[in-house]
Amino acid sequence: MTGPATIFDRPNTYIGKPEPRADAARLLQGRGRYVDDLNLPRMVHAAFVRSPHAHARIRAIDVTEARAAPGVLAVYTGADIAAEVTPYVGTLTHMAGLRSAPQYPLAVDVARWQGEPLVMVVARSRAQAEDACDLIDADLEELEAVCDQETALSPDSPLIHEEFGSNLAWERLVEAGDVDTAFAAPGVTVVERTFRFGRHTGVTLESRGTVCDYDPSENQLTMYYSGQAPHMMQVILSKHLGLPEEDVRVISNDVGGSFGIKIHTYGDEIAAAVAARMLRRPVKFIADRMESFMTDIHARDHVVTARIGVTAEGNIVGIDMDDLTGIGPFSMYPRTSAIECNQVLNLTGAPYALQNYRARGRVVFQNKMLMCQYRAVGHPIAMAVADGLLEEAGRAIGMDPVALRKKNLMADDSYPRQSASGMKLDDLSHQKAITKLTEIMDYDALRTDQAEARKRGVYRGIGLVSMVEVTNPSPMFYGIGGAPIASQDGATARLDAGGALHVASSITEQGQGTNAILAQIAAGVFGVPIDRVRVTTGDTRNVPYGGGTWASRGAGIGGEAMLQAAHALRDQVLEVAGTLLQTTPEALDIRDGNVVDAGTGAERMTLADLARTVYYRGNELPSDTKPELIATRHYRVTDFPFVFTNGAMAAHVEVDIETGFVKVLHFWAVEDCGRVINPMLVDEQVRGGVVQGIGGALYEECLYSPEGQLLNTTMADYIVPMAAEMPDITVAHIETPSKTSVLGAKGAGEAGTGGAPAAILNAVNDALSPLGASLWQMPMTPQRVLTALSEG
Amino acid sequence: MTRDARITLTVNGEEISAVVAVRTNLVDFLRHDVGLTGSHVGCEHGVCGACTLELNGKAVRGCLTLAVQADGGTVTTVEGLADSGRSDALRAAFTRRNALQCGFCTPGMLASALSYIERGGSDDRQAIRDHISGNYCRCTGYQSVVDAISDVIREGDGA
Ligand code: FES
Ligand code: FES
Repeated sequence: MTGPATIFDRPNTYIGKPEPRADAARLLQGRGRYVDDLNLPRMVHAAFVRSPHAHARIRAIDVTEARAAPGVLAVYTGADIAAEVTPYVGTLTHMAGLRSAPQYPLAVDVARWQGEPLVMVVARSRAQAEDACDLIDADLEELEAVCDQETALSPDSPLIHEEFGSNLAWERLVEAGDVDTAFAAPGVTVVERTFRFGRHTGVTLESRGTVCDYDPSENQLTMYYSGQAPHMMQVILSKHLGLPEEDVRVISNDVGGSFGIKIHTYGDEIAAAVAARMLRRPVKFIADRMESFMTDIHARDHVVTARIGVTAEGNIVGIDMDDLTGIGPFSMYPRTSAIECNQVLNLTGAPYALQNYRARGRVVFQNKMLMCQYRAVGHPIAMAVADGLLEEAGRAIGMDPVALRKKNLMADDSYPRQSASGMKLDDLSHQKAITKLTEIMDYDALRTDQAEARKRGVYRGIGLVSMVEVTNPSPMFYGIGGAPIASQDGATARLDAGGALHVASSITEQGQGTNAILAQIAAGVFGVPIDRVRVTTGDTRNVPYGGGTWASRGAGIGGEAMLQAAHALRDQVLEVAGTLLQTTPEALDIRDGNVVDAGTGAERMTLADLARTVYYRGNELPSDTKPELIATRHYRVTDFPFVFTNGAMAAHVEVDIETGFVKVLHFWAVEDCGRVINPMLVDEQVRGGVVQGIGGALYEECLYSPEGQLLNTTMADYIVPMAAEMPDITVAHIETPSKTSVLGAKGAGEAGTGGAPAAILNAVNDALSPLGASLWQMPMTPQRVLTALSEG
Repeated sequence: MTRDARITLTVNGEEISAVVAVRTNLVDFLRHDVGLTGSHVGCEHGVCGACTLELNGKAVRGCLTLAVQADGGTVTTVEGLADSGRSDALRAAFTRRNALQCGFCTPGMLASALSYIERGGSDDRQAIRDHISGNYCRCTGYQSVVDAISDVIREGDGA
């Protein structure tokens, strides 16, 4: 796409500069506004009784005593809430064959996971609500639970939804070329491994929560929302509570981390909205940490059996894989729980020039918390399978993993092209990325060090990954399937009477620096110092319509809309300036808050002068001049379903073979996310993402008993990465701008989480290989490492 | 059931007297009764460090301290650290290094970092990492936080 050539070399441009975030000042002084900080007049508090069983029939619930408890205003059972909402079903028409059952905010007849809400208590304080929860007697008949996805499809498994006749939610087969023939060819070595990816979860430091307020005089429901997609939430509340969309307002102020956790439909949050309407006053619900572990969506939970075929010269002839993933008892609404498996099928091997590819995915129901989209949806699985097999194949044929990658990665000049799975790819730089990676990590020196260390009985490993990341999704992701999720975003730029620029955008901020990059783009493109820009996001009543921030789309899609709006406003302002200064708009420019002579840069008038003339002294303008000092533009990705980025990463680890502990010594990431708007923010996205990926690879797992009891529901039992164990992370960039927009930015938020697990897996196996051991299960806990060593 | 008690304490330099349920912890009291919402709650079981604040000159977990335990004491929260200027250098360094994303861990992180810096902690990266290992951050990956703390220590040394 071509655009105004002047955008990136303007004197005021902030694009490409490590501008600090304006929001930081507020947050560093303790002046953030997170949901739990809100305290509205007459506000009351909700707490929930939750199912203690993974699967149970509700015989009776006695709430008499709770109703009479001190401070209690209302007690609602599943049936009470169900009478106020329509049920939701997590299916999309483009995910052919996907099925899920209708779901209500609270369980009505049967509870299907431990933690599913059964009863809601609303009281004057949270403590009183919790006290009353203890007085509720739920008579439950425990049913046999389906927990293990590997037996969920067997004919003698109990069924979670009788009407479906099996626990299968969705199935897909992708086939390209002929894997069987390719693998049977002479000289082809076939390596097969079974990978297990445990369940983990987001552990946002701010737990989920909402304050919902209802004003009957205007039939107005306001949800203060700790989440990523306000307009999506507006539609969901409108649809299921039966309110006109315009009477639902969703406001998202500061959000204490999200990572995909806070983009789904949670029954307790919907119930808070229902209760607010019934009680006609604000209701606050804030999940405690135990509720977060039990009821925030979980992620991953895949068992993948996969094969790779490689010739003696190191040509990969194909990949064949079978992914089985457990998603809990329902497909999550409205994004569905089949998207992750779909991504695994789409992305495995996508960096490589593969001719033959076969991937089967099956998505099954089970009595555990729902599994759904979390940061880097499907990527950690796809990258670990392909690159895990690649490095194992390298060991089998005696070829260095870097050489093997270089031989098989798509050539940088070969785009546009498709992956074996049919993904349209463009503007990627795998070869440059792996070359740069090996330079910054000094690959050869590390190999020398590794050999030395082994002589001393120290087992270090080096593991790499070459990866793609799905960013900037088009309507083909959700909208096409009927989801109320916008793929386009809008931005508005308005000049105020003092010469400052006010911008509003439908993308949202959860700490990535959304507001900062909007200001950077707007200031530079329009022509004011960045401290004269004010940004509004996260309010369905005050921003243009759009999707929000997820799938690494904020900068690429929302940023482009901002660029276009700022550019349009610039043209409009120059039009007025031309009239006032009796010259042509082309002879003028806006720089540093002033209208200047385009050629000499000499100041002609300040923006404040111009704005005041327009707003206060319109009499000075010719009557046929109708100045517009506000501009709005929208942008969506066309021609491509997604804009892919690529990267290459490496981990250096040391495995203590006595204790099984894995120490990550250093990590390197080379990322090509197109045009970098703010290198500091991008680097920090990559680092934060890598650390989340390391968490999934080494520590984090939601552990269930065979009966479906979640065993680790405190932060002391569920291990997350803390500062002492984390390495420093070196980040480098290649910039291949996307041709789909003027800005050329692709997403950067998820690559680290998508790639790091594969690099860690490969590094651990590289360290274990001289001992004849290997490990294909995440997290790679000390116990699993020791078991692998004893079996090795 | 619940018992109440009257407490009097100094919060960010202001004397406050209130009746609280004895089961109320200090961070909930500050957030909901005093209206100082800068201190955050991430786990309420002493692990995440989001509620770290200063009581009688020491960094404590606001979720593991009862409000009645602060009776007669002096409390400084993130708001107080900013107003008094004590966190100026750290806040500048956190901004420069982008050592915060969502900002939810930040008040606790600042309190922990300040206690380390003020008692003369070294700028050794692993020592800094060990010190802030009681403060969970899901967003940053910690490196920028370590950078920011180490910057402040070095600047303080006149480096
Ligand atoms: S809230 Fe106090 S340590 Fe987590
Ligand atoms: S900045 Fe989000 S938890 Fe630390």
